[in-house]
Amino acid sequence: MPSENLVEISDLTFAYGKNAILKGINMSMPRGKVVAVMGLSGCGKTTTLRLIGGSLKPTTGSVKVAGKEVSALDREGLYLMRRKMGMLFQFGALFTDLSVFENVAFQMREQTDLPESVIRDLVLMKLHAVGLRGAQNLMPAELSGGMARRVALARAVALDPMLIMYDEPFAGLDPISLSVIGNLIRRLNDALGATSIVVTHDIQESLKIVDYVYFMAEGVVVAEGAPDEIKASKLPFVHQFVWGDIDGPVSFHYPSPSYRQDLRLGAGA
Amino acid sequence: MVDGVWRVGFAARFFMMTLLGSGDSFRRFGLTIREIYFTGVLSLIIILVSGLFVGMVLGLQGYETLQKYGSESALGSLVALSLVRELGPVLAALLFASRAGSAITAEIGLMKATEQLAAMEMMAVDPISRVVAPRFWAGVISMPLLAAMFSAIGVFGGYLVGVVFIGVDEGSFWSQMQSAVDFRQDIVNGIIKSAVFGVAVTAIALFEGYDAPPTAEGVSHATTRTVVTSALAVLGLDFILTAFMFRGI
Repeated sequence: MPSENLVEISDLTFAYGKNAILKGINMSMPRGKVVAVMGLSGCGKTTTLRLIGGSLKPTTGSVKVAGKEVSALDREGLYLMRRKMGMLFQFGALFTDLSVFENVAFQMREQTDLPESVIRDLVLMKLHAVGLRGAQNLMPAELSGGMARRVALARAVALDPMLIMYDEPFAGLDPISLSVIGNLIRRLNDALGATSIVVTHDIQESLKIVDYVYFMAEGVVVAEGAPDEIKASKLPFVHQFVWGDIDGPVSFHYPSPSYRQDLRLGAGA
Repeated sequence: MVDGVWRVGFAARFFMMTLLGSGDSFRRFGLTIREIYFTGVLSLIIILVSGLFVGMVLGLQGYETLQKYGSESALGSLVALSLVRELGPVLAALLFASRAGSAITAEIGLMKATEQLAAMEMMAVDPISRVVAPRFWAGVISMPLLAAMFSAIGVFGGYLVGVVFIGVDEGSFWSQMQSAVDFRQDIVNGIIKSAVFGVAVTAIALFEGYDAPPTAEGVSHATTRTVVTSALAVLGLDFILTAFMFRGI
């Protein structure tokens, strides 16, 4: 019987050389749920996503997807697993030399033997789901940021993956596009029966659509819970993050010597 | 020093992975044909125009020198041998590095910077097989063809200046050329040279793009390195190949 959790992360650490990025995190992503991983830029969110996708190997600890240890898979095993994953990159990462249609059809053509007529129908269905069936012949350079993100979303779910990962899906979007992408993440997850991991620091939009939230800071999970629990949290870091307070544990100033010392305003000045 | 050795090792590994991942470039030859269009066909104009001018200059300079010794009838063989043995393969490779090599580096570098290669990896599609190898074989196939066209149009340029404008005897121009140029020794060696240059220039261009830091500055530096390294590699390899082919070292 398959585990209740599609992704399980235990005591995970990761470092680039001597620079520790993750310092022992534990997370579980239940099947069918949308889970957000939040935190400030540079706290290790995207690194966590890359470890789940097998692009990086952990220093210590374990990342399991559908019960399989990702870092133990050989190249063939990893590619087999990735065929059941979809990923939306921060700015879409559409192939700039292919049209919208060709971008969505790319993985179908590379990895299936489906006849062209079936591929055409499937691509149009995916594009229809994100509202861009009419844009099938456009090139990526002709799309707005929000449209590019929607095409990338259609491409990410092209082969009906069991796990969909989103890396900053809301970055740089206008309020309407932001709401559209948020709704699509939820709707596609439920329609496909998939599990979604959303790495973001857009707190207000993501709390509307996710089932569970992990908060990260400096390479560790500092808080977790359902959206309502997170909103009601009294933890200083979480409160500052959720409500956008200027004062709190996250300082406005980058660590620096004394202001007076930098301006040479000593006693003898 | 350590970084340099590491980079050479990475380049060698990258080259081996490209060779091992070349299956799709032949099974789905359409991918390679598409790249031949971008690297080869789109380089044709610069190759043909340059070849014509180089041939015309050879015609002029060759005539000026040969007439001092009363040997202007040997103009045809001088133009043809210079082009087929040396100038065709070398200049075509240098032009190829500037036009197609820099474009390949910039394209791969930008694909990396905009996460297109990472996206391909996440779709379980190997970027080496799908993106790098077809471009490599396109370069290797295009280079000898471009060098041959450079030499052919260069000979025509030499003919235009020597025979049409200056008035060297047409019969002796072509007959001297026919008797002086040996198919095995000159033409085949010229083709081998240009194929080796094609491997070197394309491999350098692809590696520099693949290894470029994913920033605007990184891609810009990688493009410059492609042109400089390719030029040095072509000239160095030309000396080594010439020593083996024509001096029998």
